[in-house]
Amino acid sequence: MPIAALLWESKQNGAHSFWEVVSSPEAVAALKLTFGAALVVVVINAILGTVTAWVLVRDNFRGKSLVNAVIDLPFALPTIVAGLTLLALYGPRSPVGINVAFTRTAIVLALCFVTLPFVIRTVQPVLLELDVEMEEAARSLGARGTTVFRRIVLPNLLPGILSGAVLALARALGEIGSIVLISGNLPYRTEVASVFVLNRIESGDSVGAAAVAMVLLVAAFVLLLAIGVLRFYVTRHERG
Amino acid sequence: MAKRLGLRSLALGYLLVVLLAPLAMVFYRTFQNGLEPVWQALSDPNTVHAFEVTLLATAVAVPLNTVFGILCALAIVRRRFRGKGLLNAFIDLPLAVSPVVVGLSLYLLYGRTGWFGGWLSEHGIQVLFAFPAIVLATIFVSVPFVAREVIPTLRELGNEQEQAAATLGATRWQRFWRITLPSIRWAVIYGVVLTTARCLGEYGAVAVVSGRIEGKTETATLRVEDYLLNFNQAGAYAVAVVLAVISVLVLVVMTLTKPKEEAF
Repeated sequence: MPIAALLWESKQNGAHSFWEVVSSPEAVAALKLTFGAALVVVVINAILGTVTAWVLVRDNFRGKSLVNAVIDLPFALPTIVAGLTLLALYGPRSPVGINVAFTRTAIVLALCFVTLPFVIRTVQPVLLELDVEMEEAARSLGARGTTVFRRIVLPNLLPGILSGAVLALARALGEIGSIVLISGNLPYRTEVASVFVLNRIESGDSVGAAAVAMVLLVAAFVLLLAIGVLRFYVTRHERG
Repeated sequence: MAKRLGLRSLALGYLLVVLLAPLAMVFYRTFQNGLEPVWQALSDPNTVHAFEVTLLATAVAVPLNTVFGILCALAIVRRRFRGKGLLNAFIDLPLAVSPVVVGLSLYLLYGRTGWFGGWLSEHGIQVLFAFPAIVLATIFVSVPFVAREVIPTLRELGNEQEQAAATLGATRWQRFWRITLPSIRWAVIYGVVLTTARCLGEYGAVAVVSGRIEGKTETATLRVEDYLLNFNQAGAYAVAVVLAVISVLVLVVMTLTKPKEEAF
């Protein structure tokens, strides 16, 4: 129902005003920033998430189960608290001398924080079930470490990495709580799409808000569809 | 061996820089001036009220979403009906869509010019910028968690046991209480924990629909921002730490109840 109302509102105002809002320089800047930052973050987390999952499954060290539990922290922590924690360490009064507050780096950092668990949690189960024997066989046939990874490990992990990345992308596109405090929300510079929508609502411009919200909504639908396709592919693959 | 250590330090270093160091810093900042300012911020009547609003909204949303989630999971796994694929996809929507967009859609629906807005204000019921809107927003964003956790467990469970019970004359109600529910209970608990965490920490949707009236419709997360924007850092950190402690507790429960096949 609420989603239908949103569709109705943006339709009522016609395609013309929709384009007018979406192509306004401020909206374009916000959308570009949102999609750009989200893509950067997804790539970072796809790589480091896979590494982390590998370390958690194949490596052994003291406190591993603790580290494993901590991964879920961004799911449990309210996003606004996440934003505040980043502000405390990487903000104006930073004890380590790094101040990224009110820059685009801050947005990337915040998004890294909130989307951290996705890839790790989708890759981990796959890696657990993956047979080490396959890798050992490849190695005994003379394959080097990088070849084994590229030809055997990676193809098996790819569906997991991809579905984690798509989930993370969806989350990063819509994120607001963790960004609002640390980004400064400067129009044209550090204002992401969600903040743009929020600002428009608060200044009473529901047409403008609905137009940009539509873009986010469509993106969410497309990503859901992508997840559905991936899921279908993976289950078909499993059945052989 | 060197490569293994390298990967280990890369992974752990990343976690440290992005996750743990900032969190530790917040605890340090909160208590660096002693307990006095922390206590002052937390005993402020508006802060107390903000926590009450958050807890109350969570108390309404969690049971509703638990029941709804179990019903949806049962329907998706056990029944065949038209639009099943659609329901399965739609239930994930709150995970994929921005909470601000959720807030906006509620705003358009219940606002003065919205579909229900006119009727509601004629009858003297205020939804937007009042408690009902906060509850609605909280329910909306936390819909998928229970269903998402229960669906895979139900799939693996199969329904042989239930069929056996049915042939022995158990009613549908008995089968649910005696067989289905006990087998999915850990998945349900895990889903409930995730739902609770999400409800307590919701910001985007609530920011849009609550109106942020101090001492009335402000939730705990909005309180953090409010304090920070008013240059009361100690207050913001104090409220944030309370929320962080709650989420660490949630994390502990999550780790303990995590469905077995994922644990290791």
